[in-house]
Amino acid sequence: MNHALALDADARSQSPGQLAWLRFCKNRLALVSGWTLLALVLLILIGPALIAYEPNALSENQFAAPSAAHWLGTDDHGRDLLVRVLYGARISLLVGLVGAGVSLIIGVLWGAVAGYAGGRVDNAMMRTVDVLYSLPSIVFVIVLITTLEALFKNWLAGMGSTALASASRLLLLFVGLGAVSWLTMARIVRGQVLSLRKKAFIEAGHALGISNTRILLRHILPNVTGVVIVYLALTIPSIILYESFLSYLGLGIQPPQASLGSLIAAGAGQINPIRIYWWMIVFPAGFLGLTLLALNFFGDGLRDALDPKSE
Amino acid sequence: MRLNFTRSTASLLAGLALVLTGCGAREEPADIVIVNGAEPESLDPQIVSGQPEIRVVGALFEGLTRFNATTGDPEPALASHWELSNDGRVYTFHLRTNLTWSTGTAITARDFVWSWRRVLTPATASDYVGIMFYLKNAESYFLGQLKDPDAIGVQALDDRTLRVELESPTAFFLSLCAFPTLAVVPPDVIDAHGDLWVRTQPLKTSGAYTLDFWRINDRIRLRRNPHYWDDANTQNQIVDLLPITSATTALNLYLNGQADVVWDKSLVPVHLTDVLRLRPDFHTFDYLGAYFVRFNVTKKPFDDPRVRKAFALSIDRHRIVERITRGGEKAAETLVPLSTANYLPADGLRHDPSEARRLLASAGFPGGQGFPTVNYLLNAGTSASVDEKIAVELQAMWRDVLGVEVSLRPMEWKTYLATLTALDYELARSSWIADYNDPNTFLDIFLSNNGNNRTGWKDQRYDDLIRQANATVDLRKRAEIFREAETYLLRDAAPIGPIYSYAGFNYFDPEKIAGIHANPIDQHPINAIKRLRR
Amino acid sequence: MYYFKRILALVPLLLVISLLAFVLVRVAPGGPFDKERAPASPEVERALKAKYRLDQPLWKQYVLYLGDLARGDLGPSMKYRHHSVGDIIKQALPATLMLGCLSFGFALGVGIPLGFATAARKGQWVDYGGSLLALVGICVPAFVIGPLLVMSFAIKLKWFPVALWGSPLNAVLPTLALGLFYSGRIARLMREGMLGVLGEPYIMTARAKGLTERVVLFKHALRPAILPVISYAGPMLADLLTGSFVIENLFQIPGIGVFMVTSSQNKDYPMVVGLVLLYALLLLVLNLAVDFLYSRLDPQVKYE
Repeated sequence: MNHALALDADARSQSPGQLAWLRFCKNRLALVSGWTLLALVLLILIGPALIAYEPNALSENQFAAPSAAHWLGTDDHGRDLLVRVLYGARISLLVGLVGAGVSLIIGVLWGAVAGYAGGRVDNAMMRTVDVLYSLPSIVFVIVLITTLEALFKNWLAGMGSTALASASRLLLLFVGLGAVSWLTMARIVRGQVLSLRKKAFIEAGHALGISNTRILLRHILPNVTGVVIVYLALTIPSIILYESFLSYLGLGIQPPQASLGSLIAAGAGQINPIRIYWWMIVFPAGFLGLTLLALNFFGDGLRDALDPKSE
Repeated sequence: MRLNFTRSTASLLAGLALVLTGCGAREEPADIVIVNGAEPESLDPQIVSGQPEIRVVGALFEGLTRFNATTGDPEPALASHWELSNDGRVYTFHLRTNLTWSTGTAITARDFVWSWRRVLTPATASDYVGIMFYLKNAESYFLGQLKDPDAIGVQALDDRTLRVELESPTAFFLSLCAFPTLAVVPPDVIDAHGDLWVRTQPLKTSGAYTLDFWRINDRIRLRRNPHYWDDANTQNQIVDLLPITSATTALNLYLNGQADVVWDKSLVPVHLTDVLRLRPDFHTFDYLGAYFVRFNVTKKPFDDPRVRKAFALSIDRHRIVERITRGGEKAAETLVPLSTANYLPADGLRHDPSEARRLLASAGFPGGQGFPTVNYLLNAGTSASVDEKIAVELQAMWRDVLGVEVSLRPMEWKTYLATLTALDYELARSSWIADYNDPNTFLDIFLSNNGNNRTGWKDQRYDDLIRQANATVDLRKRAEIFREAETYLLRDAAPIGPIYSYAGFNYFDPEKIAGIHANPIDQHPINAIKRLRR
Repeated sequence: MYYFKRILALVPLLLVISLLAFVLVRVAPGGPFDKERAPASPEVERALKAKYRLDQPLWKQYVLYLGDLARGDLGPSMKYRHHSVGDIIKQALPATLMLGCLSFGFALGVGIPLGFATAARKGQWVDYGGSLLALVGICVPAFVIGPLLVMSFAIKLKWFPVALWGSPLNAVLPTLALGLFYSGRIARLMREGMLGVLGEPYIMTARAKGLTERVVLFKHALRPAILPVISYAGPMLADLLTGSFVIENLFQIPGIGVFMVTSSQNKDYPMVVGLVLLYALLLLVLNLAVDFLYSRLDPQVKYE
């Protein structure tokens, strides 16, 4: 009755990877989402090159509604919204991916080790998470960014590069976001692993003399992929929106650069009963929404495909 | 199990709702509800410094004079009349007869002496102590160089007569007397309760209202003080002031009838200023505030006045006020707003791209070549959006006109202030709001030793001119010296580049509310506000 | 015994957290008395620093703070000079607790059934529709949903007040704005938990025994499936009970959520540390409760 191990045995005829791929291809929604994601990424990468406008070029044409000249209209400085949305999406997706990556690597490992080891190790590791979680994230990020910025500055000045200096803020932003993004993931994974480690097939693994590392990597982690993927897909929007909060505090993206989050925040700021420039909120929010929807449904498909328990 | 769960959730919610209703014990409705901006840090008149605080405190504590509700000029308050000596240095104030605190005990000239000495004690930590330094010996007493409080230029000749001696003639001294810092505060309460005196109930006040309650982040409720000397002219009983910082929320409350008056400039959604200012219930007026750029003269390349002037000459102020702020702000080539009293406009730098390019070239950067990347420091958060928009515009102007790359560095407010004070910037967003209606309030910040200078610019000639102006009794002559000083500041030295002077903004329905008048210092005494109908 | 130890461990943990917060907030640039108007002389700043003990060495400040703390005094606010931190928290906490409980109830009340239904009808339109709904809740941030709710239900329809606090009607829109986001996340986690359980052998056994789908889902699947939700609910409740800056600011609710952000911005040192302690206490206790619930719902979970 042990499915995870049974799958290992089955793998002689078809590798787990091939099986997962086959299962994934059967899921129409996930496939469509995958293609949509691909199309969006291509659009973000290639799109700006095809548009005649610069993202930071001001013009007299303020608050223009969508038209043939400006497909998504213009903003308060007369800048083309389409090109700004595409550039903003680049930054936001990068931020989201970095946050998700940190959450995936540190968060999952931390949680899995804590849950698997249990006892004192678990206690120490999870209390560390609690402590970090309790610290005021704003102060934490302010201190992180300001102290690191000074370090970075000296370091970059030593290398004599000015081009890198402008990227340093972005790098610091990644550090700051990464530092706060993995905590909840660790808690959730640890919870799942706690209930897995006493299951029959894991006990069987111990009896067979399989090493702890191997049990953790081969038998425990595959069984938490579902939760990990789902929570990862939830982490990405949080991080993208948290970035816009940091930008609001002056710790995120530097203007005139924009991120999807800061574009949405700017658009939301002008929701009022008197007059709304609807395109300034609908398009950035719509773009983010579409991306996240595709990502989540893609994640669902991936989850089903990788689940060792599905037939 | 699910049914069970739903049911328990429902009963939980119902229970909470009940508790909530219980908490909302009905309070008397206020006559007037005012959205007042940020939560006051303090209601101690000698400590407060922010505009929202000053508006509340003005209703609780009064001084020798008060601001006229219509013009904003000083008029007799606790002092009914006064004499000025011929050399312009000694005022003799006469208090009204039968002046009392809100508790019914008498206010005497000695209370004034006590109050003013309190401001001059460093332990009080009054932000505005600087405006007391016009008093004779006040500064040296404050700095500890003089120990005897009797040497300060304020003395009670008897219960109702106050003799005030100044360092030199001060044209705007009566305006200063209307300022909360110079108001009278209750000595016995402060002695007994220290820092917490403001929260004693009932609060002993000298103004038109008493404090009913102060619930932080919720509301401040003022109730009419029947012992106020001018109580006959108080136009309302209960006034609520809401501490709100979100412009959207303020507008929504107003439109929905939950607030009658909104009177902080930051509470107008910046996207809507162009349409709102056309409505009959939105009122805009000139306001004594200046928006400008600081140049750090201690840092290359801004140690060269030609570079600073080139940057100032490149600013297209009209685009900023017409396309970005749009609330009736006036493009300004001068630091001092044109509507300031006793003011002759200086000759500032006009928008002139070709001259700007020429100056930058002569400083060694033709077409911006070889110019380092410099940072423009601005504050983020709170009402950052206008500042950020202006920064984006300036960045583009400097790029287009001069060919230089400026990167924008938004910082959270306290970090911004620390960076500004430490002179760790090249260019910085700056603003200044008048403390009183006189050019000096703007011009004295660039004195060499003024803590608000924050540009690193020190100039003996400028210092001498400002001192000379302030020692001049003849107003016309004084204004001319100020003009010479300001022209020198803007044209020759240019440690700053002015952008615009502020517009004040408030909204209320004139068919429902009367008694709020536009004036350049944006002072609207609460006791003059009258509800015409619901 | 295990739980007793955990409770005892709260004290050193809170000490560590308070020390970190205490140092961190003082390391950040800018201080509580930095203002746009420069102080008239260094005297003023010196007087203020002496008054709030900021002129003493850091370790001494902390020791003195702990002394006050032992007596239940969280110290004075450096921003709001006439209020102590304890005063402000006492005054502002009820509104936040109320809103937090309501939103928590809403998030669970909507999220759990929604997640349950989408998992039970996996691959059918209920699943797609429900998941879409949950995702919209997750993707649309509170600073967008809040103003939209106000515009439609308060200003256009006039069903609810636009802002302020005091009557049950005031609580409806903020609860919705805050709860929608969390209910979406709960629904996703619940769905995942269900799917994980439904693939388990004992569920197949139960089905094979001919039990009705209803019994299988409610009797056998629900209990273990709720575990990921519970893991998440601990920190979520701690977050909700300490308020949301965006929502409290938008609806002008006199709660502590606003102070959570502004105290850091203002560098109001005692306020930051006081709020961090409050939050940490909530979080630690709730996580303890989560671990306790965990072992109750899943007998296989052992901590020692």
